[in-house]
This record gives sequence, C-alpha cells and structure tokens, in this order.
Amino acid sequence: MLIKRPADILPSEITSKDNYLNRRDFIRAGSIAGGLAMAGPALSAVVPDQRRAKLADIRSSEFSTDETMNSYEDVTSYNNYWEFGAGKFDPAENSGDFDPLPWKITVDGHAEKTGTFDFDEFIKPYDLEERIYRMRCVEAWSMVIPWVGISLADIVKHYKPTSKAKYVAFQALHDPTRMPGQRNTRLLDWPYREGLTIAEATNPLAILAVGVYGEALPNPNGAPIRLVTPWKYGFKGIKGIVRMSFVEKKPHSSWQRAQPSEYGFYANVNPEVDHPRWSQATERRIGGSVFAPRIPTQMFNGYSEQVAHLYDGINLRRNY
Amino acid sequence: MDTVRQIRFIWKPIVFLLCLVPAVLVITDLNGITGTLGANPVEAMLDRFGNWAIRFIMIALAVTPLRKLTGWNWLARFRRMLGLFTFFYVLMHFLVWLMLDRGLYFSALDEVLPAVVEDLTERTFITLGFAALLLLTAMAITSTAGMRRRMGRSWQKLHYSAYAVGLLGVWHYWWQVKKGPDDAIYYAAIFAVLMGLRIFWYWQKRQKRLHKKSPA
Repeated sequence: MLIKRPADILPSEITSKDNYLNRRDFIRAGSIAGGLAMAGPALSAVVPDQRRAKLADIRSSEFSTDETMNSYEDVTSYNNYWEFGAGKFDPAENSGDFDPLPWKITVDGHAEKTGTFDFDEFIKPYDLEERIYRMRCVEAWSMVIPWVGISLADIVKHYKPTSKAKYVAFQALHDPTRMPGQRNTRLLDWPYREGLTIAEATNPLAILAVGVYGEALPNPNGAPIRLVTPWKYGFKGIKGIVRMSFVEKKPHSSWQRAQPSEYGFYANVNPEVDHPRWSQATERRIGGSVFAPRIPTQMFNGYSEQVAHLYDGINLRRNY
Repeated sequence: MDTVRQIRFIWKPIVFLLCLVPAVLVITDLNGITGTLGANPVEAMLDRFGNWAIRFIMIALAVTPLRKLTGWNWLARFRRMLGLFTFFYVLMHFLVWLMLDRGLYFSALDEVLPAVVEDLTERTFITLGFAALLLLTAMAITSTAGMRRRMGRSWQKLHYSAYAVGLLGVWHYWWQVKKGPDDAIYYAAIFAVLMGLRIFWYWQKRQKRLHKKSPA
C-alpha cells in the first residue's frame, strides 16, 4: 500500500480567521440551501461536496503573493464564465448540474507528440503547485486566488513543439446542452478560444489550473482545467479547455473577435492604457467593505519582473 | 369617499411604498437581512439602482400612452410621483458611483475629483447619464404645483425633457455593457414603442386639424 507523504503546509491552509469563518458559514449555508432548495446566488454557489475533492501533493511556489486571499465564496460565486450565462452570479447558479468528468483534451498542431488524452492522463506527468496570484479582470476588479495548477511551460515542453509552432491556441468545450449560456449564440462566437505566443506560454508564471484552495477546480471557475496568466486580464484565462494546438499564425481570441476596438490579443494588464469606456488606472479589490477605496492597478498586474521582457520593443498602447 | 380622495389617501401612499421597495431591498440585502449583494456590493448597488432608474423612466413615460389607450384618466395623478421616483433612483445610482465607487465619501476631494472629472468628460456613457441626471434635477425642482403655475408655458417645454431622459437612459445603458446591447435592447424597444405612439398621435392630431381647415 502506498502511503503518501503529507505535503508541506500550504499558504492557503493558513487562512485568516475571517476567511475561515466565512468559509464555515458558507458551507453551513450550503447544506441548508440543499435542504430548502433556496436559490440565493451565494448559497447556490456551493459546489456539491463530492466534487470538493482535496488534491494531494501540492508544492508551494515562490511566485505566490502573500496578499490577503479572497474567500472561497468570493472566488466561486463571482465569475465571468459566459458559457453559463452573462451575469456574475450565473456561473455559480447555472453550473450546479455540470459534471466535467469524463473529460478529454486534444493536443494537435506543430508538435512531435500529439493526441487525445483523458484528463487524468493529461495532468499526470506534472507536479501540482499552489500559485497564489492576483487576478485582474478587464472590468476593473481584482481578487487574490490560491490556484492549484501545472506549469504551462512544462506541458508545452512535454509535447515537443516544432520550430513552426509560434503560438499556442486553446479551445473550450462547446456543448450547449450542458452549458446554457452557449444556447445564446449572440453572446459570443462559441466555442470560446484564446491564445498565447510560445514565449508567453513558456513563461514560468503561466499555468493550467486544476484547483483552488487545495481542492479540485469548481465549475464556476472552469472545471476541470483552465488557463491562468496573472499578468493579463482575466478573460485570457480560458476555462474548460478541450483543445490545445501548436500553431503558426496568431490564433483566434474570442473577445478580440467580438469587440476588436476594446479587447486585444495581448490583453496585458496596463494602468496606462484605458479601456475605451472606462479607466484601467485603478481596480476594486473584491472582498473589501463598500467603504474600501479602489486600489491602483499595477503594470502587468505587478508581475513586470517576470514578464516585462516578453514585450521589449512592442508598443503596448497599440498592442493592447 | 370620491375617487380623487381615494387616490390621494389610499392609492398614492400604497404606490409610494411600493416604489420604495427596491431601494429598501438594496439596503437590507447589503446588510444580509433579505439576501445578499454578492462579492462586489458596490457594483451590485450601482446595477440595482441603475436598473430601477431605467425601469422608472419607462414606467413614467408609459403613463400617458396607457391613459390614452385605456381611458383610465386617473393614471395621470401618479405621473409626478413616478417621475420623482425616477429622479430618486437615478440620483442614488449617481451617488453610489460618486461616493462609494469613486470614493468621495472616504477619500479627499482632490484625490477623487480628477478621476470623476475625467469620467464625466471623457467617457461618453457617463456624460450621457450625467446629462439625464441634470435634466431630472431641473424637472424635480420645478415639479411643485406652485412652480408649474409660475412657469406657465415654459414648464411644459422643460418637462418635455422627460423624452430626452428616456433617450439618454437607454443610450447610457447600451454603451456601458461589456459587449453588445444586452438587456439595453429591451429598453430601447420599449422606449421606441412609447415614443412611436406619441409621434403617431401627434401626426393624427395634425391630420385632423388639416382636414378641418380644408373646405371639404
């Protein structure tokens, strides 16, 4: 019998008391909600217990921030995941019946290794790491989220892309029967698609997340696997990934296609380049009181040290 | 009790309290009594007051067409109250933005003002919303019977800006959403119908007048 060595205590396990109490209240609220079938947004955000599987052997990471994390409730109840509806509470309310597993991921394009893999098979070769990242949404709000994920650089290397591979393209699940938001074809050109340059994809900050708070990724966050690029606006973080392609040409990016004047391919967090309709200079950190002031947005969301060199010589005002 | 008194002492207080319910729910949701405003309460308050503001614009603009279509002339007695509630919800929407979102309530004026001025002048949808608030303020101040009497014909002219408020409200909503018109399209459709009826009736009246003038 294999006895697993207990992993070191992760920063996310040392939760502040406030958050801890919030979580307890939240879980309790969830069990009440189950009994009474109440449909308040916060209550229905509870992911059914059997899906809140603990992930084992998670390493901590030097890239994690020590800023106060958002509560599990905030992270799982306030989401942009239009596959389940365009409202912030829709993903939590409408994804309760969604069972992500079994899940297959296809790797194709200019790489030596390609194929279609079961989710477990896809993530097995790599170490799980906790990455506590700031997440800055293009809508000028932010959170601090303890992701559990795999280095995307390791994944890319594993498939041995050829010299023709200039970009990595991602595609999300397209299944309107299970994802009610996709029945509205006016929302976006489904399926959701995103892409990174090879240099971006192999930057050590980029991960494919499979969990939060040491547990399997909840549905509203993009179960079972989603992209996290903390120096970019949140919409780059494509959820529910089913395809990863190594391509030569700049790939399709859903929001860029939908509104090219407002959303770019790079989508790097940049306080100096405003969205045409609002300022990006400040952001509202979720979880504060209604009297908490907005905080200044940092260039590359505070990750300049790791990523600024990727954009040397690129006009970031034009390439937003 | 005659109808006028019945409206004044029974129905008006009831409608008044009903119109207050959405505002009360924002406060009780904020405090977790009736529900929750979720992870981003400032945004939720902005959205709630904003949504009710545009609903009240439509409700107030629906009074006259509905009165003409149904012949329920007593509806006109609620018009001023509904207009004032429109002003109230637009004002609350604006105050949440100014005091909580931009932070005037807890930050120094000179810290907040540049961003506020930038928003008001450079973000078209905010300029449009602010213009609607200014028009509504002028209408609210002049909404008393005394003011109406004193202003004479110019009162009606000023209060025609209700139509402009409707247009500005829909436009403001249309331009602020992340992508596409979203729900704004429904309000645009309602507004188009309410204005379309007015234009049709105006045209009909003019035709009649023309016919009367011409010697058959």
